[in-house]
Amino acid sequence: MPEMKPSRDGYGEGLVWLGEHNPNVVVLGADLTSSTRADWFQEKFPERFYSIGIAEQNMLCVAAGLSLSGKIPFVCTYGVFVAGRAWDQVRTTICYANLNVKIGGAHGGISVGPDGATHQALEDIALMRVLPNMTVVVPCDSIETRKATIAIGQQVEGPGYVRFGREPIPIVTEESTPFTVGKAATFRPGNDVSVIACGYLVGEAMNAAEQLEQEGISTRVINLHTVKPIDREAIVKAAQETGAIVAAEEHQVMAGFCGAVAEVVVNECPVPMRFVGIQDRFGESGEPEELLCEFNCTANDIVAGVKQVLEMKGK
Amino acid sequence: MAAQRPDIKELKRLCRDIRKDILISLECAKSGHPGGSLSAVEILVALYWYKMACDPGEPCMLDRDRFVLSKGHICPALYAVLAHRGYFPREQLNSLRKMGSCLQGHPHMLKLAGLETSSGSLGQGLSISVGMALAAKADKAAWRVYCLMGDGETDEGQIWEAAMAAHHYKLDNLCGIVDRNRLQIDGDTEDVMTLEPYADKWRAFGWEVLEVDGHDLDALMDAYDKAEAIKGKPTVVLANTVKGKGVSFMENVAGWHGKSPGKEELEKALAELDAQPV
Repeated sequence: MPEMKPSRDGYGEGLVWLGEHNPNVVVLGADLTSSTRADWFQEKFPERFYSIGIAEQNMLCVAAGLSLSGKIPFVCTYGVFVAGRAWDQVRTTICYANLNVKIGGAHGGISVGPDGATHQALEDIALMRVLPNMTVVVPCDSIETRKATIAIGQQVEGPGYVRFGREPIPIVTEESTPFTVGKAATFRPGNDVSVIACGYLVGEAMNAAEQLEQEGISTRVINLHTVKPIDREAIVKAAQETGAIVAAEEHQVMAGFCGAVAEVVVNECPVPMRFVGIQDRFGESGEPEELLCEFNCTANDIVAGVKQVLEMKGK
Repeated sequence: MAAQRPDIKELKRLCRDIRKDILISLECAKSGHPGGSLSAVEILVALYWYKMACDPGEPCMLDRDRFVLSKGHICPALYAVLAHRGYFPREQLNSLRKMGSCLQGHPHMLKLAGLETSSGSLGQGLSISVGMALAAKADKAAWRVYCLMGDGETDEGQIWEAAMAAHHYKLDNLCGIVDRNRLQIDGDTEDVMTLEPYADKWRAFGWEVLEVDGHDLDALMDAYDKAEAIKGKPTVVLANTVKGKGVSFMENVAGWHGKSPGKEELEKALAELDAQPV
């Protein structure tokens, strides 16, 4: 049984590490400080934490002003608010001027659970990746979220968005697992089909691959944590070498991660594809496990997708 | 911050020349925003020729005062001011809004040194100014932040979020200025969305309020000085202005918000400006 840990813990740990290593890193909160784990930074560096209150649009632009004055600000609130409500601010103040503002999009996905649709960010990957100059990372577990947060804070120049969920999810990487923004990682070799996933669905893809192995299907699993800039080489290689791709995200299947992968496939090496994710619906209240099931974000859905795409490949 | 007041006659002549350049560049561009550009000239001149510490030769000078043009559409005025101040050659003013120009239709900081931010989507500049002021406080730096907003712009809720934050953080290094020309695209501000009692609103948000004639250079310079002296809270200068100031057929006419003058209208306007005593 793998260790379970919320990926937002990784964000909190990443902030603290950055705070320890760079005096210019500052953090802003919109009244969700504990929920987003920004309170760990706040405890250690109270003079570098700015409470903004429930005012996301203001928060994004205050962060812009801080970044224009030599600070490296991290803002974090739920993905629906930071990517949705404050989208114009992210677009026109931050991305247009390529400002060094780092955004944590918390409570991503259907697994947010009982809060229901208003708080389940199912569109944020699409909203953020469509912006020029934005870097978008969807890490697969808590360890990777910490690495992604640190990388966005000190390697990525310009705007960055790191997306993570609410619930404890399996740890599927190790401290020693390499992580580079923009470079996909093959977690499992395979020849018959490639499953390219991000976030929680990477772990599910690994489970699906185990299941498929029993049926004699060799499944490559790729952790494509960086949606933008996307690792075209890894996708093209997968398409060329396996000839069938299933893309998987805990997000609407339109315009987000699956769309990003498909754009590369269609442009450079068209092969049959299936998308696993939320099928153009709003979420609802429920327990995370039952919601993931109901909304098609499980290993079983990936297995079904693989079977469909293999049938198309066979034709 | 200059302690000595510049010669008023010189400044008035400068205001006239800037108004002329605004209109010439707008006619050349065949689009743009004259009304709110003309109403803001004295506000900008009092900042750039008196109050603000800045160096055209070193636009990124670390301890410069910052000016944020939140009402970004009046960039023809800011561009003319920056040109006259020496940030770039005046000849470039006629490239306004042309493809490839550093003088974009709404200001873009990546294209023109001297701009502190890009703007154009209203309601965001005061928040950006709050962020800058917070950084200055954190670094114990003495530079100040000036943010010019339109009165119609303050319909935007985000302005009031920023106002709350400025009060919360006691940002006495932040001076807001509202170009209170009482007009917006759809008409009188009080018909579109009531702002009055306007000064009371700012006071209720914890700001010091200074109301001045926005075309009186001395009064503006006094207000900027007073704002600097006020401790523990931010200050807003409510500058009562005339939209389209200086051109008789543009003054107080909502339609001149976003319509550039044609050749004949330009000639008439320039003649009027030249005829006005300075």
